[in-house]
Amino acid sequence: MSELEKSSDNIYSLNRNEDNNEMIVKPKKDFFIKGVLIFGCLFFLFSLYELNIDYSNLLEGTVAFFIMLGDMFPPNISEWAYVLPAAIESLQVAILGTVIAVVISLVLAFLAAENLAPNKWVARIVKSFATLMRVIPTIIWALIFIVAVGLGPLPGVLAIAVHSLGMLIKVFAQSVEEMDGGKIEALKASGAGSVQIIAQGVIPTVLTALMAWTILRLEIDIGESTILGLVGAGGIGWELMRAMRSYDFNTALFITMVIFVMIFSVEMLSNRLKLKV
Amino acid sequence: MEPILKIENLDKVYPDGTVALSNINFNVYPGEFVVVIGPSGAGKSTLLRCMNRLVEPTNGNVIFKDKKINKANSKQVKQIRREIGMVFQNFNLIDRLTVLNNVLHGRLGYTNTIKGSLGIFSKKDITEAEEILARVGLSKQKYKRADELSGGQMQRVGISRALSQRPRLILADEPIASLDPASSKNIMDHIYNICTEDKITAIVNLHQVEVAIKYATRIIGIQNGEVIFDGQPSQLTDKVIDEIYHDRRPPLVHAQ
Repeated sequence: MSELEKSSDNIYSLNRNEDNNEMIVKPKKDFFIKGVLIFGCLFFLFSLYELNIDYSNLLEGTVAFFIMLGDMFPPNISEWAYVLPAAIESLQVAILGTVIAVVISLVLAFLAAENLAPNKWVARIVKSFATLMRVIPTIIWALIFIVAVGLGPLPGVLAIAVHSLGMLIKVFAQSVEEMDGGKIEALKASGAGSVQIIAQGVIPTVLTALMAWTILRLEIDIGESTILGLVGAGGIGWELMRAMRSYDFNTALFITMVIFVMIFSVEMLSNRLKLKV
Repeated sequence: MEPILKIENLDKVYPDGTVALSNINFNVYPGEFVVVIGPSGAGKSTLLRCMNRLVEPTNGNVIFKDKKINKANSKQVKQIRREIGMVFQNFNLIDRLTVLNNVLHGRLGYTNTIKGSLGIFSKKDITEAEEILARVGLSKQKYKRADELSGGQMQRVGISRALSQRPRLILADEPIASLDPASSKNIMDHIYNICTEDKITAIVNLHQVEVAIKYATRIIGIQNGEVIFDGQPSQLTDKVIDEIYHDRRPPLVHAQ
């Protein structure tokens, strides 16, 4: 038997496994998922019992809800001169906040991406910073900024910018990390600097993903900016709150309809945009 | 003649303990067309990447034109890399940019940060890039997006990008491993002819022995991170080939 044949025998004959002292270990079962499922079910039953909900309210409530809905008709459009500018203000708050977040995250995401960061600690620090901004809801950020800078659209812009920044850094960095490392290597090998590699190699490659995430984020932020008015950060939410507080349900319905039209048209627009990118 | 590249006692151990290269020594002289052969995992790619320091050597020296690239600071490394073109198995083009733009990436090392980042290149660079594309037969494709090309065309763009650096040395890492036989021949011909005409030294990793014998002026065989053959293609006997591929080459199908 020649040398070559011997080696090929070793590779192809599976029943020789016993020869090379290799133990065949049965993989351990993963109890983690099962455990989580069982715990989830138990916690659901416990909550059902513990919260002690009075279900009779549900029926009465439904009836009351429809009576109120009836009271809301017809919508009162007489206050349009206040409502429409407020709606536009909400839109402005959302766009300003999103743009600020996109610009800052474009810089920070490259530091958070482990394939580009100067070292892995920088990436981890930037990522933890992003997580912190993301786990605090926009409305809490708004309350914090209202204390800091007073009522009006500014705290709204800041709140949306900070919370969006947390998400955008994460998703932009992920898109960059998914990029094929060979492309970066090729530009490096030609003597390009890191800024050039990012501008000429990374950004063109991940551009579609970045645009899709930005559009999605803008959609979410427009929704959030209407809510922010409820805590006094300007916009149409504030008008809705005022109408509800004074039991002016007809105006409230009109405001709700304006919000619906606004969000719906933004979604239509962004769907069109997504088709283009 | 002075060697253009000297490899002295080069070792590479990866952080997980894998010894990729151990005690590699050889000199490459201007005008040589060196082909490195060896089984997958022998350390061919690592060897090539130590030469332009895409991989950090553990020990030893890599000296390109009397400059120790392993001792150079990051600015010097960039300057040395400009003179070393690299061609990859997976082409590594930026898909969404035009063919011409991809070729111009070879000029980034010579362009200042801001202009380079914005993709503003000098007229001279653009004319030269167009000439290179004409040379590899891609003039018509210059405004196409890189991902609209076929594999063989993509690799010709890869070669053009390396050439636009006006390199003294070209490193090609398995340039034909992702191509069909016809494109493979075309690509090897381009690399060989251009390097001969422009007097560019080439170091090419290949795993097809016949191709190596056809083009190489010198063959280096490596196995398990060590050089076990270094000589003329004519000296590469069947026995040596067997030795190089010895413990990893079970025949896929038995010939005859």
